[in-house]
Amino acid sequence: MLPQPAPRQETLARRDDIVEGLRALLPDEAVIAEPLRLKPYETDGLTAYRQVPLVVVLPETTEQVAAIMAFCHNQGVRVVPRGAGTSLSGGALPMADSVVLGLMRMNRILDIDYPDRCATVQAGVTNIGITQAVASHGFFYAPDPSSQLACMIGGNVNMNSGGAHCLRYGVTANNLLGLKIVTVEGEILDIGGAHLDAAGYDWLGLLTGSEGQLAIVTEVTVRILRSPEGARAMLAAFRSNEVAGACVDSIIASGIIPVALEFMDRPAIHACEAYANAGYPLDAEAMLIIEVEGSIAEQDFLLDRLKAICARHDPISLKVSSSAEESAAIWKGRKGAFGAVGRISPDYMCMDGTIPTSQLPHVLRRIGEMSASYNLQVANIFHAGDGNLHPLIMFDANDPASFAKAEKFGADILTLCVEVGGCLTGEHGVGVEKRDLMHVQFTETELDQQRRIKSAFDPAWLLNANKVFPLKGLAAA
Amino acid sequence: MTPTDEQGIAEAILAAHDAREPLAIIGRNSKRGLLRPLETIRGQAARTLSTQNLTGITLYSPSELIISARAGTTLAELEAAIAANGQHIIAEPPDFTALFGQAQPQTIGGVVAANLSGPRRIAWGAMRDHVMGVRAINGTGESIRSGGRVLKNVTGLDLSKLLTGSHGTLAVLTEITLKVLPAPEQRATLVLRGLNPARAVAALAAALGSPYAVSAAAYLPAAQAGFIPGIGPGPVALVRIEDFAPSVAYRTARLRADLAEFAPADILDDTQSRLAWSAIRDAAPFAGMQGAIWRVSVRPSRGPAVAEALEQTFGAAWFLDWGGGLAWIAGPATAEAHAAVAATAARHGGTHTLFRAPETLRAAVAVIPPEPAALAAITRRVKAAFDPRGILNPGRMHAGV
Repeated sequence: MLPQPAPRQETLARRDDIVEGLRALLPDEAVIAEPLRLKPYETDGLTAYRQVPLVVVLPETTEQVAAIMAFCHNQGVRVVPRGAGTSLSGGALPMADSVVLGLMRMNRILDIDYPDRCATVQAGVTNIGITQAVASHGFFYAPDPSSQLACMIGGNVNMNSGGAHCLRYGVTANNLLGLKIVTVEGEILDIGGAHLDAAGYDWLGLLTGSEGQLAIVTEVTVRILRSPEGARAMLAAFRSNEVAGACVDSIIASGIIPVALEFMDRPAIHACEAYANAGYPLDAEAMLIIEVEGSIAEQDFLLDRLKAICARHDPISLKVSSSAEESAAIWKGRKGAFGAVGRISPDYMCMDGTIPTSQLPHVLRRIGEMSASYNLQVANIFHAGDGNLHPLIMFDANDPASFAKAEKFGADILTLCVEVGGCLTGEHGVGVEKRDLMHVQFTETELDQQRRIKSAFDPAWLLNANKVFPLKGLAAA
Repeated sequence: MTPTDEQGIAEAILAAHDAREPLAIIGRNSKRGLLRPLETIRGQAARTLSTQNLTGITLYSPSELIISARAGTTLAELEAAIAANGQHIIAEPPDFTALFGQAQPQTIGGVVAANLSGPRRIAWGAMRDHVMGVRAINGTGESIRSGGRVLKNVTGLDLSKLLTGSHGTLAVLTEITLKVLPAPEQRATLVLRGLNPARAVAALAAALGSPYAVSAAAYLPAAQAGFIPGIGPGPVALVRIEDFAPSVAYRTARLRADLAEFAPADILDDTQSRLAWSAIRDAAPFAGMQGAIWRVSVRPSRGPAVAEALEQTFGAAWFLDWGGGLAWIAGPATAEAHAAVAATAARHGGTHTLFRAPETLRAAVAVIPPEPAALAAITRRVKAAFDPRGILNPGRMHAGV
């Protein structure tokens, strides 16, 4: 458990005045200060960490957000932005001295433009909500993180969320056109718009993935895409992680870019099969789910080529779905992976690092050795197309020693990811969870460069404090 | 100065920082006509610091879709290396040497620093979307890295995107890692003739909004169509499909049927498509033209209105790429014409860049739109966060920054 710094007593002492000041700016129901009603905001998807905030505000307009920010700026009060609270890295974890600025009531779709293929929505619209709003016209919003039913687009922007289809469609950053933001001082700014490549510095790119450190995102203009004619999956099972990894290399080298290329190791296969009865081969060490898009004839063409490639790697089994139903069954296990692991272990920690694909067999071997030495089980799911590894470490949260071991195990895995040329996080963000691991990836000079950019947006460091940047260097920044 | 390694770049910048001397950051100087001429510091003109001797591919892993190269590596060398493995640079970076009357080949550092993307941008993203990592030296001579050699990472602030398109004003790129993709097996282009601009852009929107993965969509009025090889006379709307051969055949046929309500379509084969889209990518219609050239980016449906307004105002020559969203505009190199472009772009919710003009005009006007005060303040602070003494390409993007 990472220690959290002590809250600012000076802020806590002014709590009543701060609450009263916020009530003066907002409708009554938009300010939550009663202890019982603050409780639901004490944590996010990283549930091991809990902290009741100073107060929660739930604005409905950008202007209200601007008023809140101007007030907090003037008062020197810290602000923690929050969408659906699904962050797995503690990105929305409150601090005792912070106002939680919840954007969930900003849930309106403002504009859909099919000829220009874009949609403008408020930050609190869910990821799936965008696709649902445009599906009747045959369009969709491409990034599809596992939490897409709940997670909100404002959070997706701040974490640069990915999903299973990044290889073809990119991550959030690649699917944005514009933002409306509120600066820490309470200024409203439009970044980009409905056009491509705004002139000047790439603020859109910098703000995406900035984890609430630079500004509050209140509106988002996304690209929407026409859905393909159809999609179909196949499943290939192999004798070893090495062979499956070699097969991934062969697929990429063939010139085919599947829309999804998912890898599961033996523990993940078993957990998911027990949960979903998806027909996964239990004698396999590793399995790939490969999905292609297009007309039926195009799918057949690609799947035939993929089958031939997989066949060269001595598969245990190959199963090409012949219908949408069979594809859904193949995906059912994978999409239920978290729930599946939850059934065989009281608790699990979902890690998120990236590695060069070529390093997969080596990394899985090392994780297996660590698993034995920590005596904690781990199941690995890997977006093979983009190098994003999700080890699910199983532990018992009621046992503090087990939790501490799991955290250490997780840190060791992420350090390994960096050692082999990867990164600390692929899509979950740094948040609180990986804050003190930033030194593993960056030099102090590099962290200082990032801190100076943070300061350029937020000179007093009021936004989402005590996250992303290691605490050690904070005093110097 | 032409150091041969990153250390040499760092030492040159540190010396300039200590002496408060401005530096002109270049690769092979093919883009010196872009944006504003550099400003002096206390009357002192910038010394040139080139990355052209930082050359070579440092990592290429075709099966991981990743290539890294030092900044001074020519784009041609990079493209040849990946083409040998059947791969390509996704954003289809243009070659503007003819447009700028330059003989020097461009470097990957320059392409990334200017974030230049070609026709495929509308469907597959800009250069900045595929810069996975960078190494750079900031304005105090410090080495910084961002991103990495993996296709996905969100660790810390995304300096790779911030530095891409920053025109050497924040840091000097020394090494770049790009995502690449398999090049398509085949290309084909539908040619729809005789459509007026608004109708043509509606046809492009229908094509881009189809399930057939259109990879480029452009419109050329009669005056410009003749500059595109194999197109012939009259206004043309062009729609490109790239994929495996059976998919190209299938989708071309489907699109031809779907677009029949606009106009019957001729088909350009693979070779003809390559030639036509290279010409559009490199703005070939404007290469021999005198005067100023602007790029206006708007929502695609507004492209015709922008172009026609400027045609009326100062007789602009123009054509549209990116489904109508990128208006290439040519006209007289005057402050009046520039003001008309800037106002028209703003009225339609878009942005402008004075792309090529004599130095006097580039020094006199805002070559890109000025930012609102709160954002301009952030720009100055971010500039200072990298380059506190303002020595890197001073004034290149915004006057005084």
